[in-house]
Amino acid sequence: MSGALTVSGLCVARGERKILRGVDLCVEAGEICALMGASGAGKSTVLRSVAALQPFDGGGIDVDGFALRPGPVPRESRLKGLRRKVGMVFQAHALFEHLTALDNVTLAPVHALGWTREKASAAAMTLLEELGVAHRAAAHPRELSGGESQRVAIARALAPDPLLLLLDEPTAALDPARRGALGETLRELAGQGRGLLISTHDEDFVREFADRVVILHEGTLVEHGPAADVLDHPQHAATRDLLRGPESRPAAP
Amino acid sequence: MTHRLARALFTAILLVTCCHSLHAQRPPLRWGGDAEGGAPFVEADPADPSRVRGFDVEIAEMIARGVGREPRFIQVAWSSIEQSVERGDFEVGMSGLEDRAELRARHAVSIPYYEFHEVLAVRPADRGRFRRLSDLAGRRVATLGATMAYQMLLDEQRRSGLVPISYDDDVHPYSDLVAGRVDAVLLDNIIAERSLRRAGGFVIQPEPAATGHYVAVFARANAALRDSADAVLRARMRDGSLERTFRRWGVWSDAEGDFFRRTLATAPVRDVAAQAPIERASPTSGRALRTYLPALVRAAGITLVLSCLAMALAVSIGILVAAGRVYGPPVLRALLTVYVEVMRGTPVLLQLFVIYYGLSGVVRLPAFAAAVLGLGLNYAAYESEIYRAALEAIPRAQLEAGRTLGLSEGQILRLVRGPQALRLALAPMTNDFVALLKDSSLVSVITVVELTKQTAIYATNVGSWVVPGILCSLVYLAFSLPLSRFARALERRWSWG
Repeated sequence: MSGALTVSGLCVARGERKILRGVDLCVEAGEICALMGASGAGKSTVLRSVAALQPFDGGGIDVDGFALRPGPVPRESRLKGLRRKVGMVFQAHALFEHLTALDNVTLAPVHALGWTREKASAAAMTLLEELGVAHRAAAHPRELSGGESQRVAIARALAPDPLLLLLDEPTAALDPARRGALGETLRELAGQGRGLLISTHDEDFVREFADRVVILHEGTLVEHGPAADVLDHPQHAATRDLLRGPESRPAAP
Repeated sequence: MTHRLARALFTAILLVTCCHSLHAQRPPLRWGGDAEGGAPFVEADPADPSRVRGFDVEIAEMIARGVGREPRFIQVAWSSIEQSVERGDFEVGMSGLEDRAELRARHAVSIPYYEFHEVLAVRPADRGRFRRLSDLAGRRVATLGATMAYQMLLDEQRRSGLVPISYDDDVHPYSDLVAGRVDAVLLDNIIAERSLRRAGGFVIQPEPAATGHYVAVFARANAALRDSADAVLRARMRDGSLERTFRRWGVWSDAEGDFFRRTLATAPVRDVAAQAPIERASPTSGRALRTYLPALVRAAGITLVLSCLAMALAVSIGILVAAGRVYGPPVLRALLTVYVEVMRGTPVLLQLFVIYYGLSGVVRLPAFAAAVLGLGLNYAAYESEIYRAALEAIPRAQLEAGRTLGLSEGQILRLVRGPQALRLALAPMTNDFVALLKDSSLVSVITVVELTKQTAIYATNVGSWVVPGILCSLVYLAFSLPLSRFARALERRWSWG
């Protein structure tokens, strides 16, 4: 296995406030890495920095050989290499409201990668089928349920065939049955050799589907390791607080 | 001491009461005129702009004093004098009003008090070739709208294909003549000579095109006051005060003396068209409608074409301004904000004047082009605000999703942001277009005869707003109702997005 993502010493400040204070983490190809932490710990900032949606002030990010440096976000024309390697699924899915599910998925292949419409449509239908929403291909986002639009959003992010997939709070709005189905899907994606970095509050989901977990506390990485180890034997006070918190189930006896 | 004070006070009160009751018995004589018409008719007194002066002012004073009342001036738009006097806004209308058959058919009209000539003004170079109206086939000839001169031009249009251009004032016809926008001006000799003195740059052909008379107009029901006014006018013709007034304003000639003598020698003519200098059909509604219908249809076409072109311009510029304000650098954004605020914060009427007359030294736009440009630039400011709001209403996450998918900024605008913004903007855009259709009536101030202006001309001629008003409203509704329906249908169809 090789490194899909390496983050080293990542620092982000907004004015006087330090949001990330030197975070190191890496995601191997083929593994699911969960990023946990209380609200405001900096999970979304890590994802947005990796996706080059916001600048960072220190450290470095390397996605399969494509390096991001501190300072302003580079122009899009210089990020083309990164865009093909990193897919992102937004918390509210951010589907293009005026396009059908299928057109949401084919937009980037046709316009950013220059595929023919036929090739892009065939690839998109395959993805939608794998994700179990092919029957909704002609529907507009407003007509989709929360679970369906999440799957379309995943299909859209996968269309350029990225090595690294970022998911921001994917379990937040799902009921337990759908959560399980999502977990299975993500395991299949990892099985295809992709690296997945997921920000989440959902301890059970992490325990069941993640390979490793990283705990963020006030912009600092306080603990990391195999999911079961960290969750069953938390070493850091912040981790114990997080696991006892109102957002997770009461600990098993 | 106290006693004397009390007596003085009592006397003062008595005096005030007397004066007051005197005034109550003889209310002031309200007379209406248009000070915008200017000297020597009626103009604001340069020494005290709250007062008016001019020969019409002095004649109104003579009439008022003659019937034992104080004159009080009421400002009214020249083209509305007839309607206002019939409504009772004032009792006498005077402001270089021309004696016409329709005027006598609809109102009580005084004896003529001044004889004028319609004269042709041309550029000096054209002195030899444009001597009379018939020389001007296919040429643009300007005059004041709803006047005898305008009717003469319309008649000549039917005969020789001359192009009448109607203005709302009597200054700009001459400045446009000098500027080359029109080839001749037909107007009263008093107006022509005044413009020649003030600005010059043209010549007046010696041979008058027609002769007419100025009269005072009264409400039809007010014939008694008219008879008293006639008696006053005749007395002032006899005793020379009218002549002195006209001399003072520099509009007296020997021919005017002959006219006075002729007038005094004949009994006043009341109802027939004998005094009307131009023969015109009596405007019964059906016949007038048939006459005016082609003109109304053409004017409706002008309104529609003008509105569509102005809207196309407004949309194009509006999109660019909105894009500049959302994507541009700070300097550009500030400049565009100034543009939008100036255009929205000043009257479109003023903008039309500036574009047509104000810029005529720099660029001499034809009236129609100036109208399209003026309305287009004004509405572009409103359109740009709609597009800017629509662009900013598209969720940021969708734009970020576009970036993570590798779309360029241009592609995101074209494929993601633009199409959704357009849907949000379409309903307000349609509403703006309906508003623009109606605002297009303002361009008559720069001589474009569109639907409302043509309706006003029609109404002035038939002396009623009922039929013209209904016709005009029906045409506007025929344009705007389908658009409103279209906007609602779009909103329903795109309610999901």
